[in-house]
Amino acid sequence: MNLHRAAMVAALAALLTPAPSTAQITYDRILDASSDPGNWLTYNGTYSSQRHSGLAQITPDNVDDLELKWMLPNQVFGAWQTNPIVDDGIMYITQRPNDVMAVDAATGRVFWLYRHTPADGARICCGANNRGVAVLDERVFMGTLDARLIALDAVNGQELWNIEVADVSLAYSITMAPLVVKDKVLVGVGGGEFGIRGFVAAYDVETGEEAWRFYTIPGPGEPGHETWEGDDWEHGGAPVWITGSFDPDLNLVYWGVGNPGPDWNPGQRPGDNLYSDAVVALDADSGELVWHFQFTPNDGYDYDAVQVPVLVDMDWEGEPRELMLWANRNGFFYVLDRATGEYLSGTPFVKVNWASGLDENGRPIQTPQPQGEPTWPGNQGGTNWYPPSYSPRTGLFYFAAWEDYATIYEPEESTYIPGRYFLGGGFSVLAPVEGAPTIGIGRTSMINNWTDVVGYGSVKALDPATGDEVWSFEQFDVTDSGMLTTGSDLLFTGGREGYFQALDARTGDLLWKASLGGQIVMAPVTYIVNGQQFVTVVSGNSMVTFGLRD
Amino acid sequence: MSIWPHRFAAWLAAFVVIAAPASLSGQSDGDHTYTSEAIETGSRLYVAECAICHGPNGDEVDGINLRTGAFRRVSSDDDIRAIVAEGVGGQRMPAFDLRRNELDGLVAYIRAGFDPTGVAVRVGDAERGSDLFYGAADCASCHRVNGEGPRTAPDLSEIGAIRTPVALQRALLDPAAALLPINRPVRIVTTSGEEVRGRRLNEDTYTVQMIDGNGRLRSFLKADLSEFMVSAEPTKQPTTLSEDEVADLVGYLLSLTGER
Repeated sequence: MNLHRAAMVAALAALLTPAPSTAQITYDRILDASSDPGNWLTYNGTYSSQRHSGLAQITPDNVDDLELKWMLPNQVFGAWQTNPIVDDGIMYITQRPNDVMAVDAATGRVFWLYRHTPADGARICCGANNRGVAVLDERVFMGTLDARLIALDAVNGQELWNIEVADVSLAYSITMAPLVVKDKVLVGVGGGEFGIRGFVAAYDVETGEEAWRFYTIPGPGEPGHETWEGDDWEHGGAPVWITGSFDPDLNLVYWGVGNPGPDWNPGQRPGDNLYSDAVVALDADSGELVWHFQFTPNDGYDYDAVQVPVLVDMDWEGEPRELMLWANRNGFFYVLDRATGEYLSGTPFVKVNWASGLDENGRPIQTPQPQGEPTWPGNQGGTNWYPPSYSPRTGLFYFAAWEDYATIYEPEESTYIPGRYFLGGGFSVLAPVEGAPTIGIGRTSMINNWTDVVGYGSVKALDPATGDEVWSFEQFDVTDSGMLTTGSDLLFTGGREGYFQALDARTGDLLWKASLGGQIVMAPVTYIVNGQQFVTVVSGNSMVTFGLRD
Repeated sequence: MSIWPHRFAAWLAAFVVIAAPASLSGQSDGDHTYTSEAIETGSRLYVAECAICHGPNGDEVDGINLRTGAFRRVSSDDDIRAIVAEGVGGQRMPAFDLRRNELDGLVAYIRAGFDPTGVAVRVGDAERGSDLFYGAADCASCHRVNGEGPRTAPDLSEIGAIRTPVALQRALLDPAAALLPINRPVRIVTTSGEEVRGRRLNEDTYTVQMIDGNGRLRSFLKADLSEFMVSAEPTKQPTTLSEDEVADLVGYLLSLTGER
């Protein structure tokens, strides 16, 4: 009896003593995420944003044995762009407009749901999108459509703090997943179609107190301010709506900056319009600008440089070098030195006629088309925000491209009115027949009645050293899907048609596909639960998870 | 790597169309449209005689919008001429004593959507157009209207509500410039040797859906095809109807608004 009782007391004591959490995503773990491929710890998998996982349970030989493990339907309609964070079998995702969920990554069953209702005045150009959360220690962070940043308790979903990042009445918004670096959570703002002044800011993870703010449009007296005239800089756009990357050795965070405003009338804002359509390298502790490289000066085509900066260490002309790979919306693939920002190479990967090429510094030689004539690539770009992948195994860079897609721009003078659209005209997509349906943002019909003559998609594999295309996997419709490569040389990707595909990362051969039906507009992720590798992707209104047949 | 044999031919053909867009107001349209002089004449006359009741935008009389072509009684150009010349509704719209070229000008201005630089398509008599549709023009051998006819070509029961007179006329005069890409004719040969021709309904990377010449819905995996051709050339040729007949046919098509 006594023994039994003692055992019970001991058991109770064990229950009451807080157990050390095994499921904490510490900064050190994110730093070393590439050696922890069973978990997906940050937006692009690792700080270098290669979206490459070392997992190799699923292979070209057994990929045919993939089966559906679970589906989780979104409760809200519209493109679902969330990117899961997964640690120790727990998945953290968002759903429209600003819900956060903790989900059992093995079954898709939900532990908790947190719901934030954005302010009525929130203005978003392109849908109530949210691309996911960041997690650090026991905190989950989400940016909101009404430009707030919210910290939640990762275990129970309780709100810890909720701060205003920017003024929602001026049409600032947040759609990106935040990035945690050390003891700060970093986030940028959207609103490039509404005449905001873009910025990236860092907040203390414990208190939400702002640590630094970098404006993507320099103010009076700051270098680069001379690239704007008059008061254009006050409402010149340059949003930051895609998660950046981090190099811990250089202590630099990298952010792609979006379009200047008004979007389609560059004549209304003379000058290069820094740092619109540029990548900026900021000191991770102070937010100070260390270098920048602008892809598209005085952009008139909405060529946001909001692609993910992919950080790669490889030989360049025989010497080991710290590189940044970048397939840009403007149709050129760039290689930069990420320590200095030096331009190393640039190559068009789709038809380009807005520039005849790049000069020795990577600056485009712009060739604006006559009024009424088509510009390639079109308004949604040769590629866009969809996350690319780099595989250190194949040495290839993978991304989604839009081919044979062009736009006719109609610039007009716009007047800035706070919180309203500030577009500078409009555009139409080139189609073979007047009045024919065309491609827009997201797939709008189950029937592809625009067809490939208006534009089609491809997954491209480039050799970064040369910019040469090694292979291309064509799709009949365009694709907004991101990429995932694995340690068994599989490449998982989707597209607007709702097929989820596994390709051979070395050859581009199709190895497996599943018809999920809904458009895939984010990249897949992979992780391990209970020793089994899973692959998760969002298709239409459903999150779908595959694993090998038990 | 090519998933779609012969697809490049279709692209090339498509882009020839882009490179040489059919002129809407050029000589090829001949008397199918009113001249810009007629529109100009109508513009002056409208401001002087009509705008006082119909308003500057043509929408101030209930149930009528002259600019967008919404009428209560008339459909053809002759109907418009008659109502202007004879009046209607007792004294609510008086008769106007105008010369023929002035009447033509008013019709032209209305058909051009009040746009002095616009295109004014001639719209003829719907009843005569209906006779042509089911007779000499041979439209009904492919197109279906209000539940009658084959389904090989697109159903035209609502075409008057979703196409402008300009677009309808172009579909007759220059079908290649009016054929929506999705409707392009396809020719398929399966690996088992079956040949199928028809109209494309939908397509993706791995499959194609179509309606065949017998009106059957067919879906194919591209992997099961030995040939798959999509033609930018429509199966119908530019019409050989006269200008008056084209105007009548446009009049009939405009009357097809889905309201039976």
